[in-house]
Amino acid sequence: MTQTLIRPATTVEPPPAPPRRRKHRDPSRYFRLHLPLVLYLLFTLIPFYWMLVFAFRPTGQTSLVPWPITFEHFDTVWNGIGFGLFFQNSLIIGVGTMIVVTVFALMGGYALARFKFRGQRVFLLALLCTQFIPGAMMLIPLFVIFKSAGLLNSLTGLVIADTAFQLPLALILMSGFVRNVPIELEEAAMVDGCSRLRAFFAVTLPRLKPALVAVGSFAFIGAWNNFLFALMFASKQDKFTLPVGLSYALGEFNTDFGALAAGGVIAAVPVVLVFAVVQRFLVQGLSAGAVKG
Amino acid sequence: MRTRTWAPYALIAPTLVLMAVFLVYPIASVGWFSLRQHTVTQPWKNGFIGFENFRRMLFEDQLFWQSLAFSAKWVVVEVGLQLVLGLVLALIVNETFIGRGFARALVFSPWAVSGVLTTGIWILLYNPSTGIFQQLAQWGIGDPGTSVLGDPATVFPATVVTELWRGVPFFAILLLADLQTIPNDLYEAASVDGAGRWRQFVSVTLPHLRDAIVLSTLLRAVWEFNNVDLIYTLTGGGPANQTTTLPLYVARKAVDSHDFGYGSALTMAGFVILLFFSILYLRLSKFGSRT
Repeated sequence: MTQTLIRPATTVEPPPAPPRRRKHRDPSRYFRLHLPLVLYLLFTLIPFYWMLVFAFRPTGQTSLVPWPITFEHFDTVWNGIGFGLFFQNSLIIGVGTMIVVTVFALMGGYALARFKFRGQRVFLLALLCTQFIPGAMMLIPLFVIFKSAGLLNSLTGLVIADTAFQLPLALILMSGFVRNVPIELEEAAMVDGCSRLRAFFAVTLPRLKPALVAVGSFAFIGAWNNFLFALMFASKQDKFTLPVGLSYALGEFNTDFGALAAGGVIAAVPVVLVFAVVQRFLVQGLSAGAVKG
Repeated sequence: MRTRTWAPYALIAPTLVLMAVFLVYPIASVGWFSLRQHTVTQPWKNGFIGFENFRRMLFEDQLFWQSLAFSAKWVVVEVGLQLVLGLVLALIVNETFIGRGFARALVFSPWAVSGVLTTGIWILLYNPSTGIFQQLAQWGIGDPGTSVLGDPATVFPATVVTELWRGVPFFAILLLADLQTIPNDLYEAASVDGAGRWRQFVSVTLPHLRDAIVLSTLLRAVWEFNNVDLIYTLTGGGPANQTTTLPLYVARKAVDSHDFGYGSALTMAGFVILLFFSILYLRLSKFGSRT
C-alpha cells in the first residue's frame, strides 16, 4: 500500500471584492439596511440589557437605569450560592476540552488533509454521521459507561464526554484549514532537509494560528455551555458547572431575579467576549471552504 | 512523496478510540437496551422482553405521539423562521457600512450563549412582575401581569422567540461565509443585463447559496429536534406536557423514572426518524447534484 501526499488543486484566492458603491446616495438603504439592522440589534441587545439591569440594580428598585450600581447580587451568588466554585469547574472543563479537542483535531485534520489512506472515505463519512447523534438521547448508555468507568462526578469525565462529542466537527473544520495551507511550503522545507515533523512545526503550524484560535475557542464555548452531561454525570454540588448552577437558580430563586441575573452575567461574560474576538476567524475559515471539506 | 503507512492511522487513532467508546458503542447499547426491561429502581424485573417496549410505545403511549407531534411542529417553525431571518441578517451584515465588524460581533453574540443561560435571560424578560410586559403595561401597552410562559395560548410563541434569539446567528454566520464567496462579477454582469436588486437576489444569490442552505437547514433541523437544554429549563415541557419534545421525554424517562429500557426504545424511534428524514431531505433537495 503506497501513500502519497494529496496535492490539492492550488486555488488562487480571489482578491477581496471591492465594495459595491453607488455614486449617488441611495435613500432606500435606510429602509433595506439601517432599519432592519437597528430592529435586529434591539432584539439581540434588549435581553442582554435586561439581565445587566437586574444584575446591578439594588433589590426592590424598578428603575431601568441601574444607578448607583450594586454588587450585592454578585456577592450573593459568587460566595453564597457557590458560583465561584462553579466558575472554577466550568473553567477547568472548558480549558481542558479546548486543549484536548484542538490537539486531536489538529492531528486528525492533518491526516485527512495531507495523506491518502485506506478507509479515509469511511472515516470522513463516520465523522459526518456523528452530527446526527443526539447527545440527549445518548444519556442512558453514556451514564452506564461513565458509572462503570468510575467517571461520574469527575471533571475529567466531563472533559472526555465533551471532547468525544465536539471532536468530529472540529476535526472536519481543521482539515479544511490545513488544506488551505499550500503543501509546497512543507515540501520545500523537506527538500531542505527537514523531517516531516520539523517541517510541520516550522512551516505549517504558524500558518494555522487563526484556525487553532477558532477551533479551540469553539471547543471552549461548547464545553463551557454544556448542560446535559454536566447535569447527568456530576450530581454532587462541588462538581457543578455554571449551567447546572444556573438551572438550579432558575427553580430555587424564583423570586430572586437579582441573583439569577448576576449568575447569568458570570456565565455569559467569558464566552461572549471570546466569541466577539473569534467570530471573524470563523466566518473567514468557513468562507475559505472549510465546511466543504 | 512516500511515507510510512502507520502515520495517518496514528494521527486519527485518538479520534477513532473516542468515537468508538462514546458514540458507536452507546448506539449499539441503546439498541440492546431497547429490547430489554431495564429499570434501575426495580432491577429484579430486568431482562430480555423482545419488542414489548416498542409495542407499548406505538400502541399504548399517548405521550409518545404527542411529543413526536410537538417535535415536528417545533422543528418546522423554528428552522423555517431561523433560516429566513438568518438569511436576511446575513444579507444585511454583508453590506458595507461603518461599524460593520462591531455590528456583526453584536448580532452574532447570542450564538455563544448556552441554552440554560438563554432561559435565564428570557425568564427575566418574561416574568410577570418585573419583566418587559409589565414595563410596557406601565407605558400603556398591553395588560399588566401578563405571564406568557404560564398561559397555554402564548407559551409556544414565547418559547419559539427565545430559541430564535439564540438560533438565528447560526444561519447568519454560515450564510454570510458563503455569501462572501460569490464573485462580484456575477452581480456586475447581472446588473449590465438590467437585473434589479430582487432579480439579482433570485438569480445569483439564492442559487449560489443553495448547498449552504441545504446543509445548514439539515444540521439545524437535527439539532433543533435534539434540543433539550432550552425547553427543559424554560417550560420543563409544560404546561400539561404541551411543549414536551421526544428527547425531553427520553431524558425524563431516563432521569426521573430511571426506565432505561423504555427510554432506549424511544431513542431508537428518534434515530430512525432522524435517519429517514436526513436521507429523504438530501434526496429531495438533490444535494450535491451540481458538482
